[in-house]
Amino acid sequence: MTPPTPSDLACRELVQLVTDYLEDVLPRAERDRFEQHIASCRGCAVYLRQMRELVRVSGRIPAGAVPPEPPPELLRVFASWKADRA
Amino acid sequence: MQEQLPDPSAPGSDDARLVEALRSGREEAFLALVQRHQGSMLRVATTFVSSAAVAEEVVQETWLGVLHGLDRFQGRSSLRSWIFGILTNCARSRGARESRSAPFSSFSGPDEDEPAVDPSRFLGADHPRWPGHWASPPEQWAEEKLATKETLEFVRQAIADLPPVQKQVISLRDVEGWTSAETCEALGISEANQRVLLHRARSKVRARVEQFMQKESR
Repeated sequence: MTPPTPSDLACRELVQLVTDYLEDVLPRAERDRFEQHIASCRGCAVYLRQMRELVRVSGRIPAGAVPPEPPPELLRVFASWKADRA
Repeated sequence: MQEQLPDPSAPGSDDARLVEALRSGREEAFLALVQRHQGSMLRVATTFVSSAAVAEEVVQETWLGVLHGLDRFQGRSSLRSWIFGILTNCARSRGARESRSAPFSSFSGPDEDEPAVDPSRFLGADHPRWPGHWASPPEQWAEEKLATKETLEFVRQAIADLPPVQKQVISLRDVEGWTSAETCEALGISEANQRVLLHRARSKVRARVEQFMQKESR
């Protein structure tokens, strides 16, 4: 493994770019540097993976249970709206 | 025989037919729509206002707005995104009124440019070989722990603890699965601003989940 040159992306900088990378808004050159770094750095690869996992887990948080019966106020709202239209 | 109602939960369902059924006053069409969206609407409303009770009022106000605005719905967006547009308008104006009347604002100002990861996790800039590289790199999370109810609840709480606007952005994007365009429209912010907020929110939640996962595995 060769020491990083000053132009290399440090891990510390990479973690600030993760969202832009996942949102696909990094300019081409920066995206290439990002991917080159990830390919050879296990810590950053794990970090990126954790971010993806976090997004996936967040999407699984269930909404509160909705009672099978609609709230009575809503039925009144609907009934009065319908009456107004008639 | 009555015409079959489209299933509002089916992706790409026939919005036009559902709207037509609503316009002609069919209660079951309204109830189907309520059943489909109510849970998510309450959750979204809760990120804008101070209490579950106020969120319920916002959702009810939204349904009123949906019914009265029905004749203006032209199908340029999906019915779902039209409904949530009305919801976020109601929720935002309610939230703005609340924060004006609050004795001190619960909205902290734009926070400083905080790092995504605690700087002590990295080697110093003066390190001879690996400046700015990981000193203590993150460890892979165990898939079976990630999938537990406890983890879901922990993530939910970590999101709930974020500053208001970060919480709104991550909730809409990651919890509700909205697109970046839908989120920006709902919150009235630019794409760039949205990304900054999303980045801060995800970074903070990741850091907390990391601690949780380590604690759990020991």
